[in-house]
Amino acid sequence: MRYAEAGYNLEIDLTRGNIERVETDPDLMARHLGGLGTSVKIHYDRVPPETQAFDPENLLVFSNGLLCGTPAFSANRTLVSFISPQTHLLAYPMMGGFWASELKYAGYDKVIVRGKSPKLIYIWIHNDKVEIRDASHLKGKGAIETQEMIRAELNEPNAQVLAIGLGGENRCFTASIEQSRSSSSRGGGGAVLGDKNLKAIAVRGTKPVHLARGAEFMEHLKEVRQYIDFRNENPIPEVMPILSGIGSPQMMKHVDEQWHTEAFAWGNARTRRKGFWTKEIEESWEKSQRSAIKRFISCYNCPQQCGALINIEGVPPYMIKCFSKLTYAMAAHVDDLDFSWRICHKAFEYGLDSFSTPQILAFGIELYEAGILTDEDFKGCPTDKEGRFFWLLDRVARREGIGDVLADGTYWAARRIGNGAEAFDHNTTKKHEQMNIKLGMLDPMYFLMYATNEKISITQIEGNWPQAPFPDKEKRKSFVKNWPQLPNDRFKEYFLQWEPRGEKSNPEFPTPDMCSEIVDWMEMLHNIDDALGICAGMGSFCLKPPYHIHNYHKLVSAATGMDVGQEDLKTIVKRSRNLHRAFNNIRGMCRADEKPPEDHWKHRFPELEENLLTTYYRFKGWTDEGVPTRKLLEELDLDYVADDLEQRGILKNGQDNQEN
Amino acid sequence: MAKITKKIKTIKVDADKCNGCRTCEIVCSAHHSTPRYSTVNPAASRIHVITRRLRDIWLPVFAGEYTPAECNGRDKYVIDGKEYDECAFCRAACPSRDLFKDPDSGLPLKCDMCEGEDMPLCVEWCLNDVLIYEEREEEVDEEVLLDEMETGLEALMEKFGRDKVESTLNRMSRNG
Ligand code: SF4
Ligand code: SF4
Ligand code: SF4
Repeated sequence: MRYAEAGYNLEIDLTRGNIERVETDPDLMARHLGGLGTSVKIHYDRVPPETQAFDPENLLVFSNGLLCGTPAFSANRTLVSFISPQTHLLAYPMMGGFWASELKYAGYDKVIVRGKSPKLIYIWIHNDKVEIRDASHLKGKGAIETQEMIRAELNEPNAQVLAIGLGGENRCFTASIEQSRSSSSRGGGGAVLGDKNLKAIAVRGTKPVHLARGAEFMEHLKEVRQYIDFRNENPIPEVMPILSGIGSPQMMKHVDEQWHTEAFAWGNARTRRKGFWTKEIEESWEKSQRSAIKRFISCYNCPQQCGALINIEGVPPYMIKCFSKLTYAMAAHVDDLDFSWRICHKAFEYGLDSFSTPQILAFGIELYEAGILTDEDFKGCPTDKEGRFFWLLDRVARREGIGDVLADGTYWAARRIGNGAEAFDHNTTKKHEQMNIKLGMLDPMYFLMYATNEKISITQIEGNWPQAPFPDKEKRKSFVKNWPQLPNDRFKEYFLQWEPRGEKSNPEFPTPDMCSEIVDWMEMLHNIDDALGICAGMGSFCLKPPYHIHNYHKLVSAATGMDVGQEDLKTIVKRSRNLHRAFNNIRGMCRADEKPPEDHWKHRFPELEENLLTTYYRFKGWTDEGVPTRKLLEELDLDYVADDLEQRGILKNGQDNQEN
Repeated sequence: MAKITKKIKTIKVDADKCNGCRTCEIVCSAHHSTPRYSTVNPAASRIHVITRRLRDIWLPVFAGEYTPAECNGRDKYVIDGKEYDECAFCRAACPSRDLFKDPDSGLPLKCDMCEGEDMPLCVEWCLNDVLIYEEREEEVDEEVLLDEMETGLEALMEKFGRDKVESTLNRMSRNG
């Protein structure tokens, strides 16, 4: 009997049309948990470094997390991993919703897709019955309408369906995978589905998931639940409302967007609009949001409600989540929130990432205004701000004219366009668009997160540590008082000392050593969440969350029967983290790539930045080139990785941490 | 028939508040697994959340009595402009659908209000106050209610015939 995990993967070869149900080695769970951990292992073992995103050998792995399907609140993440067309590294965007647990109930932990289908197909998984079905009638259909059409034709209203739209079919580098109220967006997974001619995967499962010590599991979960209740009733008083709760319902529930609209940059991450949030805007946005939202909705097994059903005149109903509410409006410099509700429907149907895509469109407009793109490129484009965004979005999804170039994302488009366009690519890390934040002073922790994390997209790396120091000493004291989530009390001191100005402020404080500890802790939490399939909004991505380093191991132990302690859990995710790192190193990623967006902060400190990087690398047990050392790899039972790295000349024989 | 005082347990459903999380399904199925909380399988839950997301329908329905025969007429309901599927409101485990049947054995499931617990588990774990437990005393005719095993046996007899079930039971008890 396998506990928590199903113990089977589905292996589907689209070239040959072959489907296999493969039992997995239980030892893999002990060594890598599940979700991200075991997925990285599969890519490491099976995808050679020369493989490119659109090669048939590029594996597309759909995975649930170890705790998906158990009663653990918010354990519902679907993790999709693949070589990204944008970064050429291993990407693993995740989505909430309902698909992951359904897959577990169907009896599988992962669906591993390889090869390419000669014609457009979709996959239908119904417990042990798995079919590859013709999808030619779904060609060009929207990602939302496809889900509905498949449910109807299967006559299975309870099937959960993930699908791509035209963006994915046309291999746009920022194409997303859409499912229910969620989407798997970063890194262009939708393009890889499109390349494989895979339109959708529908799944329905009616099998049980087993818990090793269920009653004990429920006792631990009760404590988690008590904390959820407590946090919902007691928002953190010291921080602004959008940071004070758990989950990420702020975008739908909260109307006050002063902070996002004034602190983040508009357009192609260029201009901040201080003073934007006037009384008039507040009233009009509140009215727009209240009338657009029909109902708040959650993901599977989650009491929070971060998504919403949108119902506005002239637009078919659809579901929205997260920050998409603002990205298009801000990128387009449109002050009317109604525009967001309208364009998001279109963008979701096309299946395009709503973080990267708006930036790319804004980048196109900036190039046009700078005379680098011409009237010829924009022939037929309306001149009003809203109109030209709709027009550009259509071009990108269809890969028509200038849209074909922009569909490769800012980095690649800039290089294709040339003529000075490269200078406008100022907000990417490792060729991937970042949040459109443009700030004054360099922030050392964010510097490390942007530069070094394998997730690349910053919004999913930060979380447990407050984004900025509190000016008020009393508030700091009160904040640290009740902070059981911290790994140790030393962190409280760091926080108490941290000031907005003066000696103990950015960029000198927290010091590189402290930053390393804090960033490493947050990263570890993300890695645990991503292995367990837990929503970051209940763990790693919010202040004082219900799941943390002191209760995760209890849940994992009771669910799996493995009896892991806190330290064991840390070691397991560290193992997977370093395996992922090594995989990307083998694909060429090195220190020179570890740079946050060029134009992210006004004040940069090249020397300090180098120091930060070196300190962090050494803290992590990496060489000064950012490669895991043999010593570390051996500690993690990854000797075979050290051998690989040495054979490839990425790790020099005997190279260890120089000065430790 | 003699009158007795009976505790009537009901769960009021405020479907407008439902966010569609299905935690109620999870906890119901886990609670009713043997040993308790050893497995989770929403398909074996005695509450089912009917979900038609784009039509704004999230409707928790509890498993009611088993019925051996399909009904003749089907009803369509339109409430607040939303049209509900023909069987949406029906609580019966019936031959024409899989709902409220154990996915392995096909035997009917029925909400037992979590007999023996202080509070129905689905109510306790729905953190959105969609499900509200109500209890009241009522004078009712004394009647013998079928318990879970009887309901199951009745369904088996319906499917395989009384003789077959009887002979199987006899054989099994001899072997055991
Ligand atoms: S917190 Fe929000 S995003 Fe996370 S699982 Fe719950 S509803 Fe989904
Ligand atoms: S637990 Fe409550 S909110 Fe969630 S689906 Fe059930 S009734 Fe709806
Ligand atoms: S009351 Fe108990 S048996 Fe009935 S649906 Fe709720 S959890 Fe299930």
